[in-house]
Amino acid sequence: MTVVSIDKDTTALTLTFVAEFDATVERVWQLWEDPRQLERWWGPPNYPATFEQHEFVTGGTSKYYMTTPEGEKPRGWWTITVIEAPHRFEFDDGFADDNGDPDPAIEPGHAVVTLESIDGGTRMTTTSYFTSEEQFNRVLAMGMEEGMRDAMGQIDELLLEPVAR
Amino acid sequence: MGLAQRAVSALTYNQMVVGIEAPQGSKVADRIENADVDLLFHALADSTRRDIIARTIEREQSVSSLAEHYAMSFAAVQKHVAVLQRASLVTKEKRGREQIVYGNPSTLRVASHLIKAYEDLWNQRALRMAQILSADDHPKEATKEQTDK
Repeated sequence: MTVVSIDKDTTALTLTFVAEFDATVERVWQLWEDPRQLERWWGPPNYPATFEQHEFVTGGTSKYYMTTPEGEKPRGWWTITVIEAPHRFEFDDGFADDNGDPDPAIEPGHAVVTLESIDGGTRMTTTSYFTSEEQFNRVLAMGMEEGMRDAMGQIDELLLEPVAR
Repeated sequence: MGLAQRAVSALTYNQMVVGIEAPQGSKVADRIENADVDLLFHALADSTRRDIIARTIEREQSVSSLAEHYAMSFAAVQKHVAVLQRASLVTKEKRGREQIVYGNPSTLRVASHLIKAYEDLWNQRALRMAQILSADDHPKEATKEQTDK
């Protein structure tokens, strides 16, 4: 796996992440499409995600929760707005209340994922769109916390495992 | 801690995964708490202000000499400096009749930490994806997968 680039555009309020994998486009698509595979990578190991619903079709809804080390279960949802299998999909992504219904108090984000076939593998581009500077800043702030957990050794564990090159 | 609470209550997008709690006592956390994240990125979200930071990190200078570089009023430049000052990106000192501005690289490093950490979020996801893909070549690890290949 190669991380090709990460671009932050504070004017357009987008974050773009590009990575390449040694696998076919169809195989990488499965990592998003199959909820059992999706939940193996979406959340960090100590905050695993459980997708109770995952309708990977245009207009489909996903409902999921994270399990915190304290046993809390904050909930989220996606609405798939565009699907062009296996090369592109877009989704809105927000918080949910305890029933799994979208929390109207919090504006959802939007993301576009594209998978391109490249020599010997797949290039995945994920672009996150933010609707306000405030939202953008908060996401950056959140990422900081993930970064600190990495520093606590999680990344070392991952790096010890065999990873496709 | 303030940052985590605030982020949990107001965050959208998929970063719920990282939104729960930050470890206590981290040096980075201390630095971030001292700098207000919203002020920081608001200050950085303007090209004139970024230019002012670049100039004043290179060498300190007066507000009036800064103002010569921009097609805007002295008052407008002063306003930009004030925004940067509130975010601790620059410091302004009165020396005689002049207001001298110099940049604070340490605050800029806080901002770059935040951005770097967001990158790590996706880096970690991509690493986990790559791990699952590599398990395709190791059948005993792949038994958990329910897809037909």
